[in-house]
Amino acid sequence: MAARDLHGIGAPWGDRSPGDPENRAFEVIGKPHRKVDGLAKATGRAQYTDDLVLPGMLHAKTLRSPHAHARIVAIDTTRAQALPGVHAVITGRDLPIQYGVIPWTQDENALAVDKVRFVGDAVAAVAAVDEDTANAALKLIRVEYEPLHAFLDPEESLARSEPRIHDDSKTGNVSKHVRLDFGDVETALASADVVLEGDYVFHGTTHAAIEPHCALAQWSAEGLLTVWSSTQITHYVQRALAKVLELPIHKIRVIQPALGGAFGGKSDPFSLEFCVAKLAMLTGRPVKMLYTREEVFYCHRGRHPMQLHYRTGASKDGKIAAVDAKILIDGGAYSSFGLVTTYYAGQLLTGPYHFPNYRFDSTRVFTNKPPCGPKRGHGSVQPRFAFEVQLDELAERIALDPIELRRRNFQGDFTRTVNGQRITSNGFLACLDEVERASGWRARRGKLGFGRGLGVAGSMSISGTNYPVYPNKMPQAGIQLAAERSGRVTVFTGGNDIGQGSNSVVAYVVAEELGMDVADVRVVAADTDLVPVDLGAYSSRVTFMVGNATIDAARKLRASIVLAIAKEWQVDAARVRMANGRVFDTESTERSITTAEAFQIAEAHCDTLGSTGSYNTPTLGGDYRGGTIGASPAYSFTAHVVEASVDVETGRITCHAVWIAHDCGRALNPMLVAGQMEGSAYMGIAEALLEEHGVNRFGLHAGPSLLDYRIPTSVDTPELAALIVESLDPEGPYGAKEAGEGPLHPSLPALSNAIFDAVGVRLRELPFTPAKVLRALAEKDARSAPVARGRA
Amino acid sequence: MRVLNLLINGDRVEVAAPEHWTLLEVLRYELGLTGSKQGCDKGDCGACTVLLDGKPVLACLTLAALCEGRAVTTIEGLLPAHVKAGGTGPDPVQAAFDECGALQCGFCQPGMMLSARALLDRNACPTRAEIKDALAGNLCRCTGYTQIFEAVELAIARRIGIEPAPRAWEAQRMPADEAERRAREFAEARERQKEPR
Repeated sequence: MAARDLHGIGAPWGDRSPGDPENRAFEVIGKPHRKVDGLAKATGRAQYTDDLVLPGMLHAKTLRSPHAHARIVAIDTTRAQALPGVHAVITGRDLPIQYGVIPWTQDENALAVDKVRFVGDAVAAVAAVDEDTANAALKLIRVEYEPLHAFLDPEESLARSEPRIHDDSKTGNVSKHVRLDFGDVETALASADVVLEGDYVFHGTTHAAIEPHCALAQWSAEGLLTVWSSTQITHYVQRALAKVLELPIHKIRVIQPALGGAFGGKSDPFSLEFCVAKLAMLTGRPVKMLYTREEVFYCHRGRHPMQLHYRTGASKDGKIAAVDAKILIDGGAYSSFGLVTTYYAGQLLTGPYHFPNYRFDSTRVFTNKPPCGPKRGHGSVQPRFAFEVQLDELAERIALDPIELRRRNFQGDFTRTVNGQRITSNGFLACLDEVERASGWRARRGKLGFGRGLGVAGSMSISGTNYPVYPNKMPQAGIQLAAERSGRVTVFTGGNDIGQGSNSVVAYVVAEELGMDVADVRVVAADTDLVPVDLGAYSSRVTFMVGNATIDAARKLRASIVLAIAKEWQVDAARVRMANGRVFDTESTERSITTAEAFQIAEAHCDTLGSTGSYNTPTLGGDYRGGTIGASPAYSFTAHVVEASVDVETGRITCHAVWIAHDCGRALNPMLVAGQMEGSAYMGIAEALLEEHGVNRFGLHAGPSLLDYRIPTSVDTPELAALIVESLDPEGPYGAKEAGEGPLHPSLPALSNAIFDAVGVRLRELPFTPAKVLRALAEKDARSAPVARGRA
Repeated sequence: MRVLNLLINGDRVEVAAPEHWTLLEVLRYELGLTGSKQGCDKGDCGACTVLLDGKPVLACLTLAALCEGRAVTTIEGLLPAHVKAGGTGPDPVQAAFDECGALQCGFCQPGMMLSARALLDRNACPTRAEIKDALAGNLCRCTGYTQIFEAVELAIARRIGIEPAPRAWEAQRMPADEAERRAREFAEARERQKEPR
């Protein structure tokens, strides 16, 4: 059932406790409950993929390309195969079928066939009795390469189509090009009072989840393949395995154990999942592969480097008239989610501000570098950085307060964007009010003295997308519930809990709807043999879609229980209520039984107790090619104020505080929402100040370790203040929207804007290293020096 | 191979392992104590942190052979030790991490909680700055650290029997003066604990 049928504008909770931080109208929702897996993780009991051991298990390792771009002339594995303890060696010939997460751009092989396309591309895999033997065997594999010209600069990939990184490409080394026009940009820019034009650079960053990728496979005598994997999308891994291994999909079981962080970096099917499966089938033994930290950096799928050119026209009172964007995207060696990235780079900019004319022209090219993919805020963090810095420049030009500028351009709620996306609830103005208040903006901005400043930025993000990556009419989220006479309810969900707490959210929803204790709800998740299909953890879809599917299932189960009790008591069903672990008659409250007793009566009346629920989005999006990409059933909105200081001697920036106001609809658990907001802002500031996924002129990663790729420690992280804004959404579960990705976006531009307030320089190129700061300060001094001399 | 005698979570164990194995390999591969995590295997991330004679060390950089006869505490050892000492349920640090939302993916947290445990064992009432310093060797990618600091402070508050300062997200949802009062009272109580009696 679609949420629109369930809820609608007059949703049953529409007027329940608006503005009440205690959420007194709810028993579970809106309260800081523990997570269902919290204590398992706290005590070391939770099992992650690499914690699993099967009897007779072999260990596998991957041989990787030392060349950025080369043809494979020959591979000789005979010496490796002869090494005692080695059970199997495979190469691209063993897994020739291509895959890729987007059905139209499947250009990956588990192991390279004929060509390698980046340093680190997988070439062969070995299964052996232990890791040491597998590593020794890799050294015995002889690969003869014929090096090819390596493309490391996206401009060159745009200009030169030979040699082709993908031989069968019909567009040279261009991965995807999208140009969309809305309104009349040129006319609007020509008549605008103010036009700003600028270039911005996003450098490329990676996820750096602390758990490295790991997969374990078992092939049974019955012909069933089981793969445990650190994936955030079990369903897509299952589909890709079926294709590559040519097995019926129902013979494949994919299980996601506890997952040690993902952030988008475990969304693609990865080489290791196919390799362990194939090696298990060849050897008849369970096979595990764990990537080293270095391999994780090379497998990447991180945030795309982008070169962005923006023109923004506005009236002198600050109303945006037109936006024109041209974006060059460095995709790395494979397509991954790149088709979507190329659209998202333009499609997701059209809020929270109204502008009547918009054009974007984005081109993603292939280069011989680790492939890029989705990272928290997929495709939209880079354009948001550029645009929000340009808005700050606009505010400066027309001498308007930057928060006021953003207020003036607010698009409103229940409206439609210039590119045809439907906006429902929109709490952006409240977000601006909150960060303005909490940061002391009016009293402090521009008044902290030279070297210290405040900056603001806003953003919009999606709560899932209406378009599944493979077109089909089936539900995007499915839930099954089983209740039994002990009083326990089990939820079966295909949602992937990657640490964001999705398993907890489904338990909270069931507990709320059935008036139960959360502890009496068990969750079975992300095991394709046991749960209904769900599209997994990406695009911030889980709370919205799985939450709605859970409400659907829980209300059906409640209806059947209530009906049975009403029959038993011979009263009208409207009088039977489930709350506080009991079922009672609202007109005669002394008539009251426990949930378990109610389940027993219902089981006697009905049958084994269970229900199913599902969610599908309504039809959304603009009526043009690509119009559904970026279409979401609900958008979240965010505003940040960042406080930062600059040491003008060293160029070193210190970020002191981030005030994060995020409209997440209803916060189903404010503690978990705050955790997402804090973690997002931390990651955004880190990308602006410290992190760089750099590749040198040989195609080698500049520092593939957690020491050289500098992620912030506890002492590097600024003070983070999470200001939760709740604009109840008519279609979200209890009014909820997303919270996991939106709150990252404004961190980067708000920091740049704070630096402008602090020292008067605009940083348009990320990351903000001391060298760049000093250069900008020197340029500013050079500009002002003649004036100073003139005055003297 | 080398035979090692270790005191693991209070139990004497004899284990044979290759000479070059690290303590992390012995814990995970020989003893099945997989609560200690491998995030980098290079001493960068801190996920493998265990206590060696009560002090936090990186198990991935500690040669197992150097641990002969020494006491190792892993995350699996905290709850049983707490129960043995007369407590109920998990160690107060573990309970506080759970209650404060500090466990998102949870992968870095065994090491983080052991660093926090070691801090509280040597300094019962650390300040926020001291907590940050003590946890600086444990990288967390999910939380932004705030809820981790709040968890350690909840454990401190419980120990000295006062109300903790409101958590950052709670403070934003209550009147500003109330949030300030509670933060001040917590800071004062913590300071009093530090003063020599």
